[in-house]
Amino acid sequence: MALVVQSVAKQFGRFPALNGVSFEAPEGAFVALLGPSGSGKTTLLRILGGLEFADVGQVTFGGLDWLSIPARERRAGFVFQQYALFRHMTVAKNIAFGLEVRSRSQRPTRAEIARRVEELLHLVQLEGLGKRYPSQLSGGQRQRVALARALAIEPRMLLLDEPFGALDAKVRKELRVWLRALHDKTGITTVFVTHDQEEALQLADFVAVMNAGRIEQIGAPADLREAPATAFVAEFLEDVSNGRGFAPPRLQPRVVHLH
Amino acid sequence: MSAIASPVPRGFATPTDDHPVVRIALILVSVGFITIFLVLPLITVFAQALAHGFAEACDAVLQPDALSAVRLTLIVAAIAVPLNVAFGIAAAWAISKFDFAGKSFLTSLIDIPFSVSPVISGLIYVLVFGLQGWFGSALRDMNIKIIFALPGIVLATTFVTFPFVARELIPLMTDQGRDEEEAAVSLGASGWRTFLRVTLPNIKWGLLYAVLLCNARAMGEFGAVSVVSGHIRGLTNTMPLHVEVLYNDYQYVGAFAIASLLAMLALVTLVLKSLLEWRYADEIAAVHRH
Repeated sequence: MALVVQSVAKQFGRFPALNGVSFEAPEGAFVALLGPSGSGKTTLLRILGGLEFADVGQVTFGGLDWLSIPARERRAGFVFQQYALFRHMTVAKNIAFGLEVRSRSQRPTRAEIARRVEELLHLVQLEGLGKRYPSQLSGGQRQRVALARALAIEPRMLLLDEPFGALDAKVRKELRVWLRALHDKTGITTVFVTHDQEEALQLADFVAVMNAGRIEQIGAPADLREAPATAFVAEFLEDVSNGRGFAPPRLQPRVVHLH
Repeated sequence: MSAIASPVPRGFATPTDDHPVVRIALILVSVGFITIFLVLPLITVFAQALAHGFAEACDAVLQPDALSAVRLTLIVAAIAVPLNVAFGIAAAWAISKFDFAGKSFLTSLIDIPFSVSPVISGLIYVLVFGLQGWFGSALRDMNIKIIFALPGIVLATTFVTFPFVARELIPLMTDQGRDEEEAAVSLGASGWRTFLRVTLPNIKWGLLYAVLLCNARAMGEFGAVSVVSGHIRGLTNTMPLHVEVLYNDYQYVGAFAIASLLAMLALVTLVLKSLLEWRYADEIAAVHRH
């Protein structure tokens, strides 16, 4: 029932985005795809979500030939970097979307949908905001609506593209803890993309360090720290153990007196 | 007491403001221009129509030939506008949501009706579908009449008004990207449902605006229609053509009465547009701001 990715490759024109990526993760795992921009991590995530087609390779998940299932039947809850909320719909309508577009035989009743929406609003701590429009929410709130919308379809797999990328540091830390707790509660196999080493190491059961369309190493955070397989991994993770992260050097303000 | 000079120069509310004289001059020029070129002619049209009283103007509009022109115009618009809505959405969708070879070429092709004189586009249809044209004899054998008949008028009108919908939607849809469509698909929506529930609501204001403009132009088109229609009174004369016929017959009241109808169409279009913008201001803002 595990997630098995085998030699997945993808080219955009002449640019190789993925050069044969393979890894395995047990069901219910929380996997981080970590790497600098252009390392192919988002492409891999989009392939898992069915939003991009792999040129070659195979993915099996829960015993299914994952890549042969069309995106709309995959039930992979995808949370986009910019959230991609439906801006003309209220929060409640956004969350209900995945249920309302089901074929008549599989669609829950209206009352059932309303109940589920309330439940999800409660889960993401946005009770009472169901009637708002996305433009009336803060970044952190939009993020949680996007998550609730993805969870509404009872996803087999949860895919998050830079889930905290657009948030400020404080909200990011809070949401991180919350997301981990949510994962422990739901047990949904989750893959998320990040370029923040600290985030990956703190949050994930398994971290796949990616570089130039390849996975340099995959393992539990502690293993990666103790035994980096390549120089790239060592260097990429080193910054965190020094507590520096990838934060740009702080600019020193200078005071100039005007006479 | 020494007066302290105000830090704000007099007459300027913000630093980007122009000198008051410049400001007043610009306002006067635009108001003057609009009055002379837009408002006065419009008033003249109505004044001429009502020169001999309201009854005579009404009478002119109710002439059988005039009524048939109105009917033909409505029929043509009722066919051409939906066609162009469908074509326009398809073209805008293809250009904004997919990448394919020749995309920029297609974009410039869409502009052709704007850059080609309408008379020429009318002539093209005569050359293609007319009796002496490429398909002329074949069409005659099949007993299909296109030129000097309704199909020709519809074709010419559709051609001339093609860019309105596509032009309006392409930048809008490009700007909105594919994210929401991708989200809809990942949530299990089919392509058609995604279009109905996500794409269409996001473009509906732009689309409505485009439809209004397209309709106004479809009803008012003269050049292209003039070439293909043949000016058969009571049969192939649309409203603009009928205006010309009456005018050339020195029937000024009739000509201006029909012209007033067309002008009123433009005014109604304008009012509808403003009304919609006012009524749905919040929703429009919500769709554009994100």
